[in-house]
Amino acid sequence: MLALEMFRSVPKTMIGKAAGGRIPMLLTGLAAPLRLVTLDTPRVEKPGWARLKVRMSGICGSDLGMLSGKTSLYFSAVVSLPFVPGHEVVGELLDDCEDLAAGTRVVVDPVLTCAARGVEPCEACRRGETNRCSRITVGDVSPGLQTGFCHDTGGGWSQQLTAHRSQLHPVPEGLSDEQALLMEPVACAVHTALRAGVRDGDRVLVSGAGAVGLFATLALRELTDAGEILVVAKHGHQRELALEFGATEVVAPKETLRRVRRTTGAFQLEPVYSSPYLLGGVDVALDAVGSKQSLETCLHATRAGGRVVLSGMPAAADLSAAWFRELDVVGTYASARGEDAFGKAADLVAHDAVARMSKTVAAYPLHRWREALDHAHSAGRLGTVKVAFDPRLS
Amino acid sequence: MTRPGFVLEVDDRTPPLLVHEGLGFRLEEFPLGTRVIYPPEPVATVPDVDQAIREALLNPVDSEPLPELLFAGMKLTIAFDDLSLPLPTMKAPDIRGRIIEQVLEMAAAAGVDDVELIAALALHRRMTADELRHVVGERVFRSFYPQGKLYNFDAEDPANLAHLGTTEKGEDVEISKRAAESDLLVYVNVNLVAMDGGHKSVGVGLASYKSIKHHHNAKTMVHSRSFMDHKHSEMHSSAWRMGRLIGESVKVFQIETTLDNNVFGKPYDFLMKREWEWSVKDQAAMLGMRRGLALAPQKLRHKLFHDLRGAYGLTGINAGAVEPVHERTVRKVHEQQRVKIEGQADVMVMGVPYLGPYNVNSTMNPILAACMGLGYYFNSYLGQPVVREGGVAILYHPLDEGFNTLHHPSYVDFYEEVLAESTDPHVIGPKFEEQFATDPWYIHLYRTSNAYHGVHPFYMWYWIAHALDHLGDVIWVGGDRRAASRMGFRAASTLQDALEMASGAVGTSPSITYLHNPPHLLADVR
Repeated sequence: MLALEMFRSVPKTMIGKAAGGRIPMLLTGLAAPLRLVTLDTPRVEKPGWARLKVRMSGICGSDLGMLSGKTSLYFSAVVSLPFVPGHEVVGELLDDCEDLAAGTRVVVDPVLTCAARGVEPCEACRRGETNRCSRITVGDVSPGLQTGFCHDTGGGWSQQLTAHRSQLHPVPEGLSDEQALLMEPVACAVHTALRAGVRDGDRVLVSGAGAVGLFATLALRELTDAGEILVVAKHGHQRELALEFGATEVVAPKETLRRVRRTTGAFQLEPVYSSPYLLGGVDVALDAVGSKQSLETCLHATRAGGRVVLSGMPAAADLSAAWFRELDVVGTYASARGEDAFGKAADLVAHDAVARMSKTVAAYPLHRWREALDHAHSAGRLGTVKVAFDPRLS
Repeated sequence: MTRPGFVLEVDDRTPPLLVHEGLGFRLEEFPLGTRVIYPPEPVATVPDVDQAIREALLNPVDSEPLPELLFAGMKLTIAFDDLSLPLPTMKAPDIRGRIIEQVLEMAAAAGVDDVELIAALALHRRMTADELRHVVGERVFRSFYPQGKLYNFDAEDPANLAHLGTTEKGEDVEISKRAAESDLLVYVNVNLVAMDGGHKSVGVGLASYKSIKHHHNAKTMVHSRSFMDHKHSEMHSSAWRMGRLIGESVKVFQIETTLDNNVFGKPYDFLMKREWEWSVKDQAAMLGMRRGLALAPQKLRHKLFHDLRGAYGLTGINAGAVEPVHERTVRKVHEQQRVKIEGQADVMVMGVPYLGPYNVNSTMNPILAACMGLGYYFNSYLGQPVVREGGVAILYHPLDEGFNTLHHPSYVDFYEEVLAESTDPHVIGPKFEEQFATDPWYIHLYRTSNAYHGVHPFYMWYWIAHALDHLGDVIWVGGDRRAASRMGFRAASTLQDALEMASGAVGTSPSITYLHNPPHLLADVR
């Protein structure tokens, strides 16, 4: 079967890290530690596992970060190279899997928990906080925090992969493949919204209006009693989508602090040789970009005692505000099965705005992976929210 | 003998005419038949300024002479117009300082020792120490400023405001507590235009937002026709009601001064002359300045223009009761600025210069440029506007100076946020004004820094409400397209393009009137 495989290559990673930001083409050319390969079709040997035929698999920001060498080496211990990326997957069961019959259309909750690894549930898994599983490097499958980072399971950027029953969620009737594809990122957004600790009427800042930011906005609007939701958007189509997804207002990145200051009546300070910040600000800020600038905007625009939520994989940033303003800095990773994030996500992707947006998903066959990644790197500028592989395309 | 203002009709002998556009000017060839309105030349000034001041104080109108109002143990407050007047700033010594010196001498002779001097800022920015020194003079500054007896009015200091009641129309009257509790309040005006002075001096200059909001709003402004004619201005009617109420509890001794229109001293005096009368020297100065400005960076051009000082002469001074004093002042202002015009035009052309009341030592941002053109110049009429209803205003200004964040912080938000949503003064007022007026950060900056009050950009936009209501189109020649568009206007590269764009509203052969100012003129349209 055809698959895209990420492999270990120190030179490529170094080149991508050093020059990828300035020469984006490098990330899908010389510097990409990714190759199109023919692999044996996966086999299922353990109970509870089944083969999936991939219908679509999305390209996530974390995939791009990994391919460009931007991801922290912290994560090198929880992946097993070489592996097939792709953790946003909608597929079709090729085997019966416990209560699910072969042929069932499913989406994958990618976290490889104790249940999938065939080990005794850890404390987090017992509590239903499966995204916090402590056994992600041991058990029946090789280390890997998720499907799409694990050598043994395969990933969505291929024609087939394997998944455990605990990871599978049947796709509700009436949802298109594109909508189903969005269930995983929306489930993450559900988890983010619940982790954000938003109280009635809280003012929330969402920095970023890519898929992560837009879905977080939707989840915040639908699942919390947030008051004003201010979304930071770089591109025109993102502004329109953010409003459709529940934003009260949308601002350009350079206007963010000024607008937050204005709406909250905060005081603005201008430190020497550093970015301005507010005394006062929003109650909750959510970084949905993961860049230094975005994270610092969140830290600088949040009132003392407020909460900053790291939804994107964070970059190094000045944490002075977290200390000085006693901010709660909260990470949100994937989604937890105990909170039925995928069930809630299934409802949210049926939302009209998401249904409309799903029609703009750009699908590529596997062999056009360079174009697909180029597109994903420039998705915001090109007016796309989600780029995906569809291995069925020739 | 001073020549009065006049109307020139452009013919084939008319040379290109000077048009101001921000930190520069251009020579424009107007279509044949264009009417060009020139202000009168500087009228006669008083021969001895100090003597004229003394005369006014000793022989006031409908009031006892000033010395008779002064007595030992009294509380005397002297308020004076801020740096928004005159334009440009007057060469030292400023007329206000010369008047204040004489008032203080009389007060000292009467044994008055409780004296405070207040810059009547209303919601304008605080003046710096140097700016205060320039207005009151070195001696007064040194005597009062270090002791805290010379200061800027603070309209956001509730402990130092006094609510004097409401007018018969329910308007709150809240002014400086010190002024309200004084035995005598002397107000020193510079009446640059007919709009200034009268009951507007104390009723606005020393008032809080609570009071000012009653007349500074879109509804009132659109019905002020015009601001330069206080008997037909809703804004002035409101200020007059307030002033009369103030007069019931505070004794006000009003001093109003009028100036000639010598706004550009040598070697820039060619800017005030009629182009066909330029001497060789004038033409050389003009060419040199044009070439220099074309090469100079914006900062240098800004410095060059903002360092200009007006060589004004005093044309009159009147003191005493507010209303009769103001009537005399208005007559004097008319003498200097009034030009009779027959009929309205389809198109009104205005060059917006580098300076307006709210960017002294600061930046003419797009909102201020709009206010200068569509607020001040458009409204500078008696009778009816220069342009007919549904006509077009063509203005010259590059709209590219950006915002001064020290002086105009709330303008940035107004421009980016409020104007992005609506440019209709009637819409933005109810939705945003209160938010900006009560924003604690803006209040903090107004009180402690040198920032205009948070609500100030709204007032600028209300200023143009009448023009927006009256005009069919507004086109900026040489204006930044994005800035013009943000304000709901259009931009053109040349006058010909602008006229082409205007043809949809006024046809292809419109009647055109160009207001050749500065110096300021008041169009008396019959």
